[in-house]
Amino acid sequence: MTQKYALNINGKEHTVEADPDTPLLYVLRDEVGLNNPHFGCGLGQCGACTVHLDGQPARSCRRPISEIGSKKIVTLAGLGTPDHPHPLQTAYVEEQVPQCAYCINGWIMTAAAFLRDKKKPTDEEIRTALRTVKCRCGTHMAILRAVKRAAAMMG
Amino acid sequence: MTRMEKSAHFSRRTLLKASGALVVSVGAPITFESVRAADDAAAAATKPPLTPDQLSSYIAVNADGTVSIYFGKMDMGQGLSVAIRQMVAEELDATFDRTKIFIGDTATSVNQGGASGSTGVQEGGKQMRMAAAEARRVLVEMAADKLGVPADQLTVKDGIIRAANDAAKQISYADLIGGQFFNVHLDWNGKYGNALYAPGKAKPKDPKDHTVVGQPLPRDDIAPKVFAQADFCTDVRVLGMMHGRMVRPPVAGAVPAKVDESSIKDIPSAKVVWDKGFLGVVADKEWNAIKAAQLLKVEWSDATPPFPDQAALYDHIRKAPVRKREVAGKQAGNVEDAFKTAARIIEAEYEWPFQSHSSMGPACALVDFKDGHATCWSGTQKAHFVQTGISAILQIPQDSVHVIWTTGPGSYGRNDADDCAADAAFLSKAVGRPVRLQYARDQGTGWDPKAPASIHTVRAAVDAAGNVVAYDFLSKGFSRIDIDTNGSQPKDTLAGQTLGVALRSGDGFGIPGDSYGFPNKRTAWETIAPLLDRASPLRSAHMRDPVGPQIHFASESFIDELAAALKVDPVEFRLRYVRDPRDIAVIKAAAEKAGWQSRPSPRSDQRGDKVSGRGISYAQRGATRVAVIAEVDVDRSTGKIWARKFTVAHDCGQIINPNGLHHAIENNIVQATSRTLWEEVKFDNRSVTSVDWRTYPILDMTQAPEQVDIVAINRPEVAPSGAGEAASRPVPGAIANAVFDATGVRIRRAPFSPDYVKSALS
Repeated sequence: MTQKYALNINGKEHTVEADPDTPLLYVLRDEVGLNNPHFGCGLGQCGACTVHLDGQPARSCRRPISEIGSKKIVTLAGLGTPDHPHPLQTAYVEEQVPQCAYCINGWIMTAAAFLRDKKKPTDEEIRTALRTVKCRCGTHMAILRAVKRAAAMMG
Repeated sequence: MTRMEKSAHFSRRTLLKASGALVVSVGAPITFESVRAADDAAAAATKPPLTPDQLSSYIAVNADGTVSIYFGKMDMGQGLSVAIRQMVAEELDATFDRTKIFIGDTATSVNQGGASGSTGVQEGGKQMRMAAAEARRVLVEMAADKLGVPADQLTVKDGIIRAANDAAKQISYADLIGGQFFNVHLDWNGKYGNALYAPGKAKPKDPKDHTVVGQPLPRDDIAPKVFAQADFCTDVRVLGMMHGRMVRPPVAGAVPAKVDESSIKDIPSAKVVWDKGFLGVVADKEWNAIKAAQLLKVEWSDATPPFPDQAALYDHIRKAPVRKREVAGKQAGNVEDAFKTAARIIEAEYEWPFQSHSSMGPACALVDFKDGHATCWSGTQKAHFVQTGISAILQIPQDSVHVIWTTGPGSYGRNDADDCAADAAFLSKAVGRPVRLQYARDQGTGWDPKAPASIHTVRAAVDAAGNVVAYDFLSKGFSRIDIDTNGSQPKDTLAGQTLGVALRSGDGFGIPGDSYGFPNKRTAWETIAPLLDRASPLRSAHMRDPVGPQIHFASESFIDELAAALKVDPVEFRLRYVRDPRDIAVIKAAAEKAGWQSRPSPRSDQRGDKVSGRGISYAQRGATRVAVIAEVDVDRSTGKIWARKFTVAHDCGQIINPNGLHHAIENNIVQATSRTLWEEVKFDNRSVTSVDWRTYPILDMTQAPEQVDIVAINRPEVAPSGAGEAASRPVPGAIANAVFDATGVRIRRAPFSPDYVKSALS
């Protein structure tokens, strides 16, 4: 049976109706119309569906809507805008990072939380922080450049 | 952002209006007076047909002076759109920023072959360059008539035509033809696909006059993706749309014997679509479709487990009857005779597994079949072929199918996209609603078409003086075209095969691309039958640089084995035998950039578990040449290899966009490193068992190289050749040769996983 849920997404309140076991990913995409988190695996293995829940990266394909509660949800669309970009978004454009770009939620949302908590990270720390995110096109070198560029912008 | 698409049967007219171009025919002969005023009726009546022999099929000048480019190839994320705009702006003397490109829509572009064989610039760009040059010629002629100035006294800059000696006499492209169609006949060669070529009377510019081509202009599709403003094919929705999921058999070759629809009766709106071996479900909500696919009770037919044990794969290939043998490429001398007189014979055999595209997202397609017409949004590499495929599956005329290419979740060849479009079409027709189908991850990885597994045997005859006098290279493996490179025929899609169309497996493989001038030389391939003659998760097809990585893993490892056996430096050894000057140039450029020190492999100065080495490999791919030097660290105790640094020298003729080229090379290097070190399709005798990112691991960020140095050799005078795939093929050989240099042990089987390397080292 569907139930009603009140969600705070990108700073706005939404009320949605869904089965309790529905993963947040499908609620964001199909009920709220935030297409950007992508289905990659449904297994929490790739990161294409990553959003922030209270500031922490979360794989929305594995988070049932019933468990979200009052956690604040931020998607890539809420991270920054062309007028007020997150440094990672700026760096991604400047470094021309993606090939197909389907994976970028995972990299940007994971790196955004990492860079917020870790100033001046080393190369090794960045690689380890991003170890569980997948990119099939092989853009890893450009991703590293962009994260380092963003880290420099974030002091 | 959610975008609701209107899925009416678009005419080119409505699309052109939507893109800002009004449409009125320019009647021949081409004079200003012959251009008729624009109105819809006239436009519809006089629009030239969308055929390859019409200039209007490629280029239109809009009323506001912007230039619309209609392109029948796709940009899979390598910046091809920018490169094509540069080539068109260059020839047309139009402002780059005022060009727009519309790609891969069957209603607005002709079949130029789609994304295929790294021919986006090489063939697609060549055609667009000729079309743009012809458009400029026609426009200048029109201006000459209008201004009363001979054409050869007119110059063009930024879409404004001016008299060279009278500044007052000028007219813009927009004033001449803006919003109206060209009606100019091109000299079409009668071919579709990659081979399509339709030049006009104009000659393209001398490369020395290029100002736009060669610039590192950025892609403009990246910002919208980074700011979550761009829709992928996964994100398109239409009113009344249902979500679909396919159900695949647990044993490859099995078909549903009994389907219990009551098992999903509690899932709202869920329906079963079952016809012969085709089995799918639909539901209004995506999560319900997923649950229905998981909960549906199916009894499957008894099927004999079709596959050998994985451990017996290479033995199977060795023993399997040869279905087709082909001696290909440039042969020299008499190999058999030369081996009889050899002072020494050196032989080796190499093995390469099945590999999966495993695109970042499983394929997705949306098909709306209504009133005898189908509209399809797909991330396919080949929209025009999918159009043909859907028309065949739905048994409607090709003209009744409209395929709109929309950025997909990653693509490196014939992945699962074309299968998905055909499946979605069948589902839509069955339920009478638009159906958006996205495969599950285990279908994207487990059931996508695979790069073929193969073995490669190589031998060389060496004379008493240490010269290589004969070389004999043979690949034997599954066909690269067990299913074809596109989904234009039902026999080549899972939909067609599950609906009962017989597989007609094609034969194709390949040979090394090099210019080694051995006096006696033979290169050949042999194909074997597929393991299962119908819908198979191990059907083989094109995956990035089809059969290139495996062939050159063998050929370039073997060249290194020869150099080591003869105690010659690997770069020096190659330069003794390579004949092509551009091949020599990339090898030398890579060696110089990497600071290569001349000495034979392996190193003999290292002790302990952690050792390092360097290796070179080079290859031609069509007219493109690439040399790659890998520097690796090997941990003998774990067998783990880190491909730490690459130096790449790359020559693809004229460079259109150095920025796009740099990324294309870098991404090839990283993806090919992943394939070399990590990737292998696993299977048991029932089906494929590597079905996600744990069971089909790819390179992760901790394993990415530290450095990729690129020397991009620009040859403006040489026609541009492909860069989308070429840098992949030397990578496995370069890594293998570096591992040998570090350890003295030759790895002849991919992937070089830690377990395999550790056992090889012990």
